[in-house]
Amino acid sequence: MQCDVCQQKEATVFLTQIVGGKMQKVNLCEACSKNKGVDDPTGFALADLLSGMGAAQEIEKNPASQRCPVCGFTQADFKKTGRLGCSTCYEVFAEGLEGMIRNMHKGPEHVGKAPVAYLRSRQIDQKIKTLQSSLQEAVAAEQYEKAADLRDQIRRIEAGLEA
Amino acid sequence: MKLTEIIENSGEWLKGDGPHRNIVVSSRVRLARNLRSKPFPGWAKKAERIEVLKIVKSAVEQLPEMEDAYTENLEALSPLEKQVLVERHLISREHAAKGVGSGVVMNVNQSLSFMINEEDHLRMQAICCGLQLDKVFAMINQADSELEPMLDFAFHPQLGYLTACPSNVGTGMRASAMLHLPGLVMSDQMNKIINSVNKIGLAVRGLHGEGTEAMGNLFQVSNQTTLGEAEEEIISRLNDVIVKIIEHECNARQLLLQKKPVTLLDQIGRAYGVLSYAHSISSKEALNLLSVIKLGTDLNLFPDENRIVVDELFIETQPAHLQKGAHVQKMSADERDTLRASLIRAKLQVVPKPDIAKIATQPLGTTENDE
Repeated sequence: MQCDVCQQKEATVFLTQIVGGKMQKVNLCEACSKNKGVDDPTGFALADLLSGMGAAQEIEKNPASQRCPVCGFTQADFKKTGRLGCSTCYEVFAEGLEGMIRNMHKGPEHVGKAPVAYLRSRQIDQKIKTLQSSLQEAVAAEQYEKAADLRDQIRRIEAGLEA
Repeated sequence: MKLTEIIENSGEWLKGDGPHRNIVVSSRVRLARNLRSKPFPGWAKKAERIEVLKIVKSAVEQLPEMEDAYTENLEALSPLEKQVLVERHLISREHAAKGVGSGVVMNVNQSLSFMINEEDHLRMQAICCGLQLDKVFAMINQADSELEPMLDFAFHPQLGYLTACPSNVGTGMRASAMLHLPGLVMSDQMNKIINSVNKIGLAVRGLHGEGTEAMGNLFQVSNQTTLGEAEEEIISRLNDVIVKIIEHECNARQLLLQKKPVTLLDQIGRAYGVLSYAHSISSKEALNLLSVIKLGTDLNLFPDENRIVVDELFIETQPAHLQKGAHVQKMSADERDTLRASLIRAKLQVVPKPDIAKIATQPLGTTENDE
């Protein structure tokens, strides 16, 4: 049996861990097991290692030929390293990553800190959406003056964004 | 600022004071950040890494808190110098293995350290002594906010900050505390603690983090998940668990004192004897025995003012620190063991013999005004 990490040497260390009711197995050669700290009898690194290995199995939902247009990363590269190529890879391999990320973390959505610029643009988007729905309502109610005013407001915000 | 200044001054986290200082050696919070659309360091070509290093380093150097910082590209450091930084917990073992296209920036008192092109474009950490996770988070959070206008961080509406490994997405935060737990180890309770901590999504690791063994009864407790919880929630959950572990450690010490006082005194006496008179000692043995002396200090057997001597020896007896101190680039393990023993013998001369008349009846390992 081949080592799951280097995929070259014969595996001599076989690990099994049950996480959240799912059995995960990993086979390692002696060098990779030492490298990953598996020879540490306390087994601290085991969970880290297995979460990475599980990752590699999950991403296969993406077609094998898929390549990140920004960095050229492929699914096979992920399988080898358990790491991604660049931030765009998260969009490209989204389908395969989704379930894996859900299993790995406490929740599927980020709820913490966000860059100020992102928060500001999200606020502006929401404001534009609100104005657009008011605009549609105004048009439906034939309040054309109000509609023109709302349209101008939207244009001003969008112009501000472009500026 | 030069590396020699860093090496000659032990970091603030070692000398300082903080809540639960005796059991919680240090608190640390690390944030991982990446630049949008630039290949992550492990996938980038050399030229791309060099470009990212230039961009990120110049932004970090502009931070007001990094005035007069120590800043260096990793290829300019010898393996020994990198190892010294690893032993100080200023860079990771993974980072020490890097060369061209990676760099490090740290402030004078070593409370802030920025690794550029480790696994992510930027990994920044704040570290201080005792249990002060909120304080270190505030420090690193501020640095992150100051860097934000200068660097285009990769951020995703659902996944938060994007990282090379999906296991770090979201907050990109690893908060951890280094705990000294001789009581739990001596009373064989450590595995039980590790298992119950793992069950609630936290990790327990050895001295240098992932994949390293526990030496000197030192353990790192940290969050394992980074997505689905806000930074403050993660820290508060971790803090609660650490407070509980401290309580268990104090109880374990109390029980050892009541049930096995002879065993305890014997271990402390033997540790003092070996460290005071040995002429060859390995790094692992030294750490384990220094840990027992540290426990002895918590139990009043050694004067409190000698605490720093022992705490500094934890760092100074590590292989790279020894060699760097002796100004020798290459040294065999045997030579290091001899040098380590003589350094400890010399330093321990100021520490008087254990005074069993002073043994504490309440070995709380932590003072009442800690709260």
